[in-house]
Amino acid sequence: MGDKLKRAELMWLSLAGLLIFFGVWTFAAWVELAPRKFLPLPSQVVERGIELLTQPFSGQTLQGHLAVSIERYLSGFLLAAAVGVPLGLLMGWYRWLDNVITPLFDSLRFIAPIAWVPFAALWFGTGIGGPMMIIFAGAFAPCLINAYRGARFVDPKYIEAAQVYGASGPRIVYEVLLPASLPSIIAGLRISAGAGWQSLIGAELIAANSGVGLMMVRAQGALDTSIVMVGMVAVGVFGMLVDVALRGIEKRVQRKRGH
Amino acid sequence: MSATRDPSRLWTGIASVVAVVGLWIVGSRTGFIDRQVFPSPPEFLAAARQLLIGEGYAEGRIHEHILQSVKLILMGFFAATAVGVPLGLWMGWSRRAEALINPIFLLIRPIPALAWIPLAIVWLGLDDAAKVMILWFAAFVPSVINSYTGVRGIETPIIEASRMLGVRGWSLVKDVIVPGALPSIFTGLRLSLQGCLTALVAAELLGALLGMGKVLYQAGLDIYPAMILAGMVAVALVGFGLTAVLDFVERRSMPWRRSH
Repeated sequence: MGDKLKRAELMWLSLAGLLIFFGVWTFAAWVELAPRKFLPLPSQVVERGIELLTQPFSGQTLQGHLAVSIERYLSGFLLAAAVGVPLGLLMGWYRWLDNVITPLFDSLRFIAPIAWVPFAALWFGTGIGGPMMIIFAGAFAPCLINAYRGARFVDPKYIEAAQVYGASGPRIVYEVLLPASLPSIIAGLRISAGAGWQSLIGAELIAANSGVGLMMVRAQGALDTSIVMVGMVAVGVFGMLVDVALRGIEKRVQRKRGH
Repeated sequence: MSATRDPSRLWTGIASVVAVVGLWIVGSRTGFIDRQVFPSPPEFLAAARQLLIGEGYAEGRIHEHILQSVKLILMGFFAATAVGVPLGLWMGWSRRAEALINPIFLLIRPIPALAWIPLAIVWLGLDDAAKVMILWFAAFVPSVINSYTGVRGIETPIIEASRMLGVRGWSLVKDVIVPGALPSIFTGLRLSLQGCLTALVAAELLGALLGMGKVLYQAGLDIYPAMILAGMVAVALVGFGLTAVLDFVERRSMPWRRSH
């Protein structure tokens, strides 16, 4: 690979990258490559975002929509983790459970989470239940797979040691497999967090009575491109914050293990 | 999860699938499963037949819906990876390229593909073009990231040795960098493909004339649970089929990993 860049050169190039991006955007909007309505200036998007903090759009302010989405997201994500991680660990230990669940899991695996939307709306409505189910559909698989893999690849000598001391199955799962597979579980949670958030936005675009996704789809209907872009930024920022938080936890766990 | 050749595993697997189907049959016969919310097996078969050989549903039969969806997936997938893979390789190779492009990439990366849907519709309407744009973003991000990590993962001695042997320019790219990064590139392609499928179903649920998402949308609107289930089966089969093709290509392109 190329040599390490000097700090100054790195900063200069990064800045140039950002300038190119915003420069091209501003220029395209400024010469009205497309009508302003469809291609707003970056500054207009910022203004609209600030405006949305006080003026409601389709029933709520930006933070109001975000609050609804985040509430749904946390409940769906926590449910997926609360079911997926223990199930994965147990499957890693109990062979029969693995044999029973895996074929069912594999036959559902290829259904894109978003394809559950019609059933979710039919079964749980478009309030919190339906979207929660879609988050669950998106976030469940990575939780389960990573917990399972983590449990399967635990160093056998730990398990043997626990067995020598007469630990029972449930105790081995809880006191050996869980801590030993923690890094893999957290990596799974990171994937789940992203997948669940994306699934929620999809569910809210298609069938929900509130949330950032609904705000975006209403703005699309009103041809208000600035609000659509404000929504994209809000979605991106929140998703990034969740990822940064989980990455922080991941690093801490790894450091405790001396990695 | 791994496909072991353990016969007891195979039999328990078959037994558990049979048990679930049995529960489904018994549950719908006894009325324990409400037909308003989940179809009975005969209803599902009738819907499948209607879609497959009958008059069709949502303005088309299943092969028309699947062809439309697969066409868009392939268009989005190839358009995105044709840019994403070389870009990722270049960013992995040159620190300068990375420094220049990474900030732009970091702005795009956190936005989930599905969040591009409203913008794509505002810009391009409900045509195929809007869907290809959405799929492009769905497939672009994973293909860049994994090609990048692939190059970064090549051990420095390998590159130094090739240089010393006088491998340079295009042949360095073709014979050292691409093969070295290939496993990671394929990981990225797999994620890209999954992303395309999800994004396409979502985009079609939001507005399409034809496609598997259109079937799901129409069935949801008509409250026709049997057709919802049939649509989901179609989505799963297409997902399975496309992944199988990619697996085949992967095995073919990396014969040195046969044992895997």
